[in-house]
Formats: sequence, structure tokens, C-alpha cells
Amino acid sequence: MKLADLLSQKKATILERWLHLLLDSYPSETSGFFKKEKDPFNNPLAFRLSQGLQGVYEALLQDTARERILASLDDVISIKALENFSPSQAVAFIFLLKPVIREELATELKEAQLSEECLEVESRIDGLALLCFEVYMKRREKLYELRINEVKNQVSGLMRRTGLTLVTPQQ
Amino acid sequence: MAKAKVTVPTPAEILPGISYKTPEKGWMDVKPDFRPGTYCNPANPKWLEWIGYPYPRAWHVTDEDWHLPSDWKETILQGMEDRLSRFRSLKLFFDICVRCGACADKCHFFLGTGDPKNMPVLRAELMRSVYKRYFKPAGRLLGQLAGARDLTEDVIKEWFFYLYQCTECRRCSLFCPYGIDMAEMTILGRELLSSIGINIEWTLASVAQCYDKGSHIGATPQAMKDMIDFFAEENERVTGIYTPITYNRKGAEILFVAPSGDYFADPGTYTFMGYMLLFTYLGLDYTISTYAGEGGNFGFFMSHEMGKRLNAKIYAEAKRLGVKWIIGGECGHMWRILNQYMDTWNGPADFLEMPVSPITGTKFENAATTRMVHISEFTADLIKHGKLKLDPMRNAHIKLTFHDSCNTSRGMGIFEEPRYIIKNVLPEGHFVDMPPNTIREKTFCCGSGSGFNADEYLETRLRGGLPRANAVRYVHEKYGVNHLGCICAIDRAVLPTLLGYWVPEVEVTGISELVGNALVFDEEIERTTDLRDRDLVGVGEAEEGVEAAEAAEEEE
Repeated sequence: MKLADLLSQKKATILERWLHLLLDSYPSETSGFFKKEKDPFNNPLAFRLSQGLQGVYEALLQDTARERILASLDDVISIKALENFSPSQAVAFIFLLKPVIREELATELKEAQLSEECLEVESRIDGLALLCFEVYMKRREKLYELRINEVKNQVSGLMRRTGLTLVTPQQ
Repeated sequence: MAKAKVTVPTPAEILPGISYKTPEKGWMDVKPDFRPGTYCNPANPKWLEWIGYPYPRAWHVTDEDWHLPSDWKETILQGMEDRLSRFRSLKLFFDICVRCGACADKCHFFLGTGDPKNMPVLRAELMRSVYKRYFKPAGRLLGQLAGARDLTEDVIKEWFFYLYQCTECRRCSLFCPYGIDMAEMTILGRELLSSIGINIEWTLASVAQCYDKGSHIGATPQAMKDMIDFFAEENERVTGIYTPITYNRKGAEILFVAPSGDYFADPGTYTFMGYMLLFTYLGLDYTISTYAGEGGNFGFFMSHEMGKRLNAKIYAEAKRLGVKWIIGGECGHMWRILNQYMDTWNGPADFLEMPVSPITGTKFENAATTRMVHISEFTADLIKHGKLKLDPMRNAHIKLTFHDSCNTSRGMGIFEEPRYIIKNVLPEGHFVDMPPNTIREKTFCCGSGSGFNADEYLETRLRGGLPRANAVRYVHEKYGVNHLGCICAIDRAVLPTLLGYWVPEVEVTGISELVGNALVFDEEIERTTDLRDRDLVGVGEAEEGVEAAEAAEEEE
């Protein structure tokens, strides 16, 4: 059996393990709740993380548009970029997928013919990691942009009153 | 070769906390991590001097020494004792909690940060443990065994960290079988902190400005008048209808009080234009006051005393001007205060008359003691009686969902009036509610209420606002919602930022703005734009909300 098929077959188990690893980075009193509550509105943080991981995982299995991959990474990183994490901690989640796959498919991966495919998958995870930097930076930039906009909004009425405009360079 | 002393970490080592062991430290020993983005800046001492509050001094949250007054401990304990005798509710809330955990996962800050001390049950325990140590025999004798702990500077720092991660939204109290009101505990806890000179800049700057000049933003009466006169010109430019307003006019029938956010900060300014259009349409005999020029009340976010002091201006001005009754604009905490506190703080308002709509004759008996009516109640009543000619197609570019603001929903039960207005000023099918566990009395807070608008606090605000934004994103993706309506000025100030991060496709609007868009005047000019100068559907490039959503679905 090909590795891609195995990854498809074990998708649910792998995704759950990966998500749980991520949720274990929260205090133990919290991670239990985050894992248990499945309603997307009662537990939005875990829901968003779970959606993001699923999208990223699917991108590993089949061709996916770049925007879609970035959006899935963003589901996770938009949360991580706000937390008390260093940049490396915020994007570490992507690499956690490697040990999850290795452990989940430990027996199967002993077969020599899968090793090449395995290296290929791990390379693609590295590729995803590179995209993570883009998403993380974009989120942090967004944060500062919003801070500036908030200040602008406080005075924008006054500016209109005086006939002045705060010109924002077009993107 | 010598063995390398530094090991490159694996990803699992970089991401901390992956452990299945019981936590090494109990909650009492885990100290808050004051990182930028997780706390509000301390108040500038000059504001405290302006309002005569104790212990003005410069201090920094990240410093080890907060320069507390030498008798800080006695002050806190005496303050607790005093409040326990004055507020039976506090004593009850301390004693009655059985740790059932019903509240634990209901707080938006817990859901967004994952910090267990943001579970309301544990946030209350931060204060309860001190109460037990000094006011209960078991705690005095058994200490930590009985869940009691000494009051130390670290405890004060922890109170500051977590009492300023509670927006006093009261969602937790809804789920508590005993009705324990965390908001009330937070209010009293913040009072205690304030009594030893611990206050935040955003709140104190607003309070001092309001106390000194009349509004949170520190606008002088001249600046307020100048801005509102400008709205009258803007209304005329867009609609052809001039909406003049009178200031401090004695003998007017009605005093109108709005939050200052509505006449200075976008997009609240458009809501104010909507108020003016509505009142002009009705020919209402009303005036606004530059003295009571602030409906909002940040004093409430630091102490009952300061809340009362700022609130007093509304009745004082109603009396001076000799109006019959008062209408209040779209604001959240302003209404919590008007509805629950004003009557006993500064009432009785027996010099005012029972509010009766001069247009419909409706007697607002719900405001029998406060004599102050919510603009949504007033407008919904007008629509119900068919007194407004409305053209919903002028809002056809808007597909709306409604955010129940914590204070007007949980604080005073306004659910139907804004929805009724919305359904009448929007084309059919242009309004959709968010999922039931996120609206009405179960609504999720914006994450920035109770004085948290500060930009240095943005990360925490965005985390606390995630549950709200997540539900908005759902209706945006599923139904093509492109606007979030609300009847709160803080919401109008902070939701654009929250959505800018989580759902940037959705804009924020007040409800009276939509009324202003839809109102049809006999003498108006042909409308080509809404109040924000955006093209109406059928004019220019505007696309109808529904069509845009359908197009988006097809693309998918």
C-alpha cells in the first residue's frame, strides 16, 4: 500500500493526535475541556485549530490551491500569533505532524519501499513550515495595522469635519 | 571532539507544556506573566489628582515594585470588611459557590485564552481565598487547607491581571445555578485596587476628562457643538434634509443623551446622523446638553462612587433645563447604569414626567421611575404604529446580523426592539441571527468592554473576542452577512478592530444609522448613497448583499 493511502486511511486518528498535542500546550485544566467540547460556538478556539489542521493535512494528501493552504495555516496561526508565544513556538505545530505520522504508522514505515515516499511527505511538511512564516508575519503586521486604524478611527470624524483626509497608500 | 553543550531543541521541546503529568504547582503558586499585550497601562497620576482619588504615583506593571502605599494591606482588608457589610451580595457570592463548574467554560476570556484563572469560578477564588483567610474561622485556622491564603503583593498583582480580564459581561452568571454575579465581584475588586492607587490609563483618562470637560474624549462644549452641527450639514448633503439641533435649550420636552463615541468616533458618527434624521422627521421638541454630553460612564469601571458622580449630571441637567423626560442613545454600559443604578444613585427623578411618546401616545411604563427611554424602544414603537415611512431598499447593500450587547441584553432584556427595527428597515431576507448559543441572553462579549479599548491591550482583546467573531464568521460564510449591527458605542469602536482581525469582510453599524438610511422624507433629494457615502444598490457599483452572497457561493 502506498503511504498516501495509509495517510488517508488513518486521517482521523492522526488528526486527533495532532490536535491533542497542540491542545496539550494549554494548562491541563484547560486542555481537557478544549478536547472534549465539540460545539464550534461553545469551543471556538479548538474548533478553529481543528479546522486548520484538517485543511493543512488535506493539502498534504492532494493538490490544493496555495490560497487554500494559506487559509488553513491561518486558522491555526491567527490564534497562535496572539498567544504568549515566541514566533518559533507559534509555528512549531507544523513539525509536530512528523512524529505523529511516524508513531501512528510505525509498523508500516518499517517497509523499505515507503521510506522514499515518507521523505517526500516530510519535505512537504517543511514546505508548509516555510509558508507558516508568511502567515505568521502577516498576522503580526495585521495586529499593528489594526492598532493604527483604531487610533485613526478615533479622530477620523474630526478629520472629515476639518476637511482633511488621512491618506492610506493603496495596497 | 568535545561533546556539544548546547542541544538544538526539537519542535516538541520548543512548544511548551506538552506533558501528561499533574501540574507541578497549585493555582496559588502560578503567577501571572505580564507580557506586552496582556495588561493595560497604569493610570497617569495627574488623572487621579483631577478627580481626587488616592495615591497618585507613577508605576509600571512590569516592575517588581508597584510602589504601593505603606498601609495598602490594611486598606484592602478594611475595604473588604466595609464592602462585605454594605453588599450582602458579595458575602453571599463568596460563601455560596459550590464549585459546580457550570460557569467554567462560559467566559469569553477563558474560551479565547485558555487560561484556567479566567474560569469565573477560579477568578472569583482569587478574591475568595483572601476572604477566607481573614474573615472565616476555618481559613484563619487551616490556611491553605481551607482554600485560604495570605494577602501579599503578588495577590494584588494577580487581582489586577485577572480583574482586568473580566469585561463585567455577566455571561457566567447566566449559567450559575446560584446566580453568582462575577461582574459585581469584579466591580468591587476593582474598587479595592483603586483604593490603593491601582487604576488603568484608558479608564482614568476618560473619567477625568468626563469629570472636567463633560465627555470621555475631553471635548469642550464648543467642540461637541461644532461636530454635531457638522452632522446636520452632512445629513443635508446626503439627503437634502437639514437636521438642526438645539443645545442646552430650556423648556424642551425631551433631553437626548448619547455616548460621546457617537459624535466623535467612526462609525458611531453615522448613528448620530441617524438620530438627528429621525428626530427631525418627527419634529420632536428635543435638545441635547453639553454638560450632560456623555451618556457613557467609565467611572463605573473603577468604582461605584465615581460612576455615581459622573451619572449625576444627567438628572441635574434634566432638572436645570426643565425637560419632561429623557431619551438615551445606543450605548451599552450607559444603559446598564441608567436601568439598574441611576434611580437609586441619583434619583428619584420625581421632577420629570412619565415618558409618553408625543407621536404615538405610548406610555413607557417600563421607565416609570427612571423616566428615561431607550432609542430602540422609542423607534420600535414608532414603526409599530406606522409612523415612519421607510424604504428598506436603501439598505439593500447590507446583509446584517445583530450583536446583542452584554449590557442591553443581559443587563436590561432588550432583545426584540432592535430586531424589530432591523426587519423593518432592511429588505426581507437581509437579516440573519447568529447561532442561538451566541446571541440574546447568551451573547458573547465584544472582548473590549469595561474600559479595555486600550490599544496596548489588543492581543488580549482579540483573544477575548474570538467567540463573538467566530459566530460572525459562521454567518458571513454561510449567509453572506456583510454587516454586524449593534446598539452600543463601545461595540462600534472595538468591533471593527475585532472583525478586522477575524472576519475582515464584515463591517459594523449602529441601528439608528440604518433607520436614517431608510427614512423617506417628503422634501428629500434623490438618494444615491447611504449616510457613509456608499452607493445604493442600483447606483454605481453597489451589489445587493444577497446577490453578492449567492455569487460567492457559486464561486465556491
